[in-house]
Amino acid sequence: MSTTANPTKAFDVVNIRRDFPVLNEQPYGKRLVYFDNAATSQKPTAVIQALVDYYTRYNANVHRGVHYLSQRASDAFDSVRGKVKDFIHAADEREIIFVRGTTEGINLVASTYGRKNVKAGDEVLVSAMEHHSNIVPWQMLCEEKGATLKIIPMNDKGELILDNLEQLLNERTKIVSIVHTGNSLGTINPVKEIIKRAHAKGIPVMVDGAQAVAHGSVDVQYLDCDFFAFSAHKMLGPTGIGALYGKLHLLEEMPPYQGGGEMISHVSFDHTTYNEVPYKFEAGTPNIADVIALGAAIDYWNTLDREAATKYEQELLHYCTEKLSVVNGVRIIGNADNKASVVSFVLEGINAMDAGMYLDTKGIAVRTGQHCTEPVMTRFCIPGTIRASFMFYNTKEEIDFFVEQVEKAISFLNP
Amino acid sequence: MSDIQQVENEIVEDFELFEEWEEKYQYIIELGQKLPPLAEEFKTDDRKIKGCQSSVWLHASESDGKIIFNADSDSTFVKGEIALLIQVMSGRTPEEIINAELGFIDRIGLRQHMAQTRANGLASMIKQMKLYAIGFQHKTA
Repeated sequence: MSTTANPTKAFDVVNIRRDFPVLNEQPYGKRLVYFDNAATSQKPTAVIQALVDYYTRYNANVHRGVHYLSQRASDAFDSVRGKVKDFIHAADEREIIFVRGTTEGINLVASTYGRKNVKAGDEVLVSAMEHHSNIVPWQMLCEEKGATLKIIPMNDKGELILDNLEQLLNERTKIVSIVHTGNSLGTINPVKEIIKRAHAKGIPVMVDGAQAVAHGSVDVQYLDCDFFAFSAHKMLGPTGIGALYGKLHLLEEMPPYQGGGEMISHVSFDHTTYNEVPYKFEAGTPNIADVIALGAAIDYWNTLDREAATKYEQELLHYCTEKLSVVNGVRIIGNADNKASVVSFVLEGINAMDAGMYLDTKGIAVRTGQHCTEPVMTRFCIPGTIRASFMFYNTKEEIDFFVEQVEKAISFLNP
Repeated sequence: MSDIQQVENEIVEDFELFEEWEEKYQYIIELGQKLPPLAEEFKTDDRKIKGCQSSVWLHASESDGKIIFNADSDSTFVKGEIALLIQVMSGRTPEEIINAELGFIDRIGLRQHMAQTRANGLASMIKQMKLYAIGFQHKTA
């Protein structure tokens, strides 16, 4: 493997690892090797501490109280919207809606923008590599409206085939919803190009950014996407919180999502008027603690050299791919030219779960199965894969140990 | 033949030899590798219990008022679990099968190592065995 050209720029993984206390855990008395980052990332101390601080020092409901604690909680909570805006380079804070995660973000758009604009005979376009959460909400909408879900196909390398995109984008297409970085194969899609071609025909595009935000900077204005959703827990933040970005003029035209407190302006039994964007979409007491901890996660990202982190992850990806490709019985699924740090593979004649459990006995955490992308597995005619997904706190030594154990799993399970 | 509780106790005793999860895992894999495969003709969709990570084919037949279970899976670990269940449940009367509490699964510390999807797979396998037993009971009633 090539080493970093400029040694002063080398990514200091030893130091970085100290920020993630869970990495010192010892499952079954073994050293933990955590390669399940595409499912959820680990959390730095700063994020954990933000949760503890909120609950121990200023827990209160936001935007209601006249007292000290409420004011403090409101200030901390409100400041995060701006942090998220900067994190994904949105133009305006009002374009950021707090949601439970990517799944809720997509459901929100399908239930509001989708319900309003998709009619019988219309089409919604997704791709062959979507997570179930970017298929099912649109399927439900299509069923309700009598519309059709159309699919951008994928080639044997796990890349989208855009040859027929012009036909797929037609006068019936009302929205495109596409994953930026696929979770099961790691493919990074040319979303900017797809958005440009959709916009040329006046079709808005939603981007599922769940994996993308953790593996490189995202700029929603550069992409020019109309909606973008991500989950905090995949980018060092807590579970149960995420954000939906939407272009302001679209959000303003959209009907509300859920009814309740916070999302209203005036309520009477005859008539209710709704609050302004983004509050119109945030009914009820928000997830205050996790929003604040999401802010801490973004602060942590800002202390990192993100370009170096992504470059380091790419090194891990290539290192693991090279080592695994020469192991007899390993077949890597997904060889896209542009890939995030995900290696999905099958072991010939061995059930993925059996192998995953073998690795677990050695302290290695991977994901096995369909990774909530059953159509991807069907496309490759496989029941599931073993997926190792890396974050910038992983090391080449861990990969050495992992590959060694994969070899042992093969000989143990396939005697 | 000893009763269900006795067989369960024997399994629990076997597992007491193992301290580590790694040893239990290896033992279950070995049991799975030794389980005779189910004849292809029985691997039909109506005998299939589809799970998220593995599938099970369960075939039941009756002989002399007792139910004989044969099963297979695409996962060797699940086959090992099947081997344990067959040891306990196969060759029993429908009443014995329906009333089996199967406490050994918890006692050998297996459930704690199963993610939700797999625990559900095992649960649906047990449920299917009991449904077969109820079916046979009604047929002979």
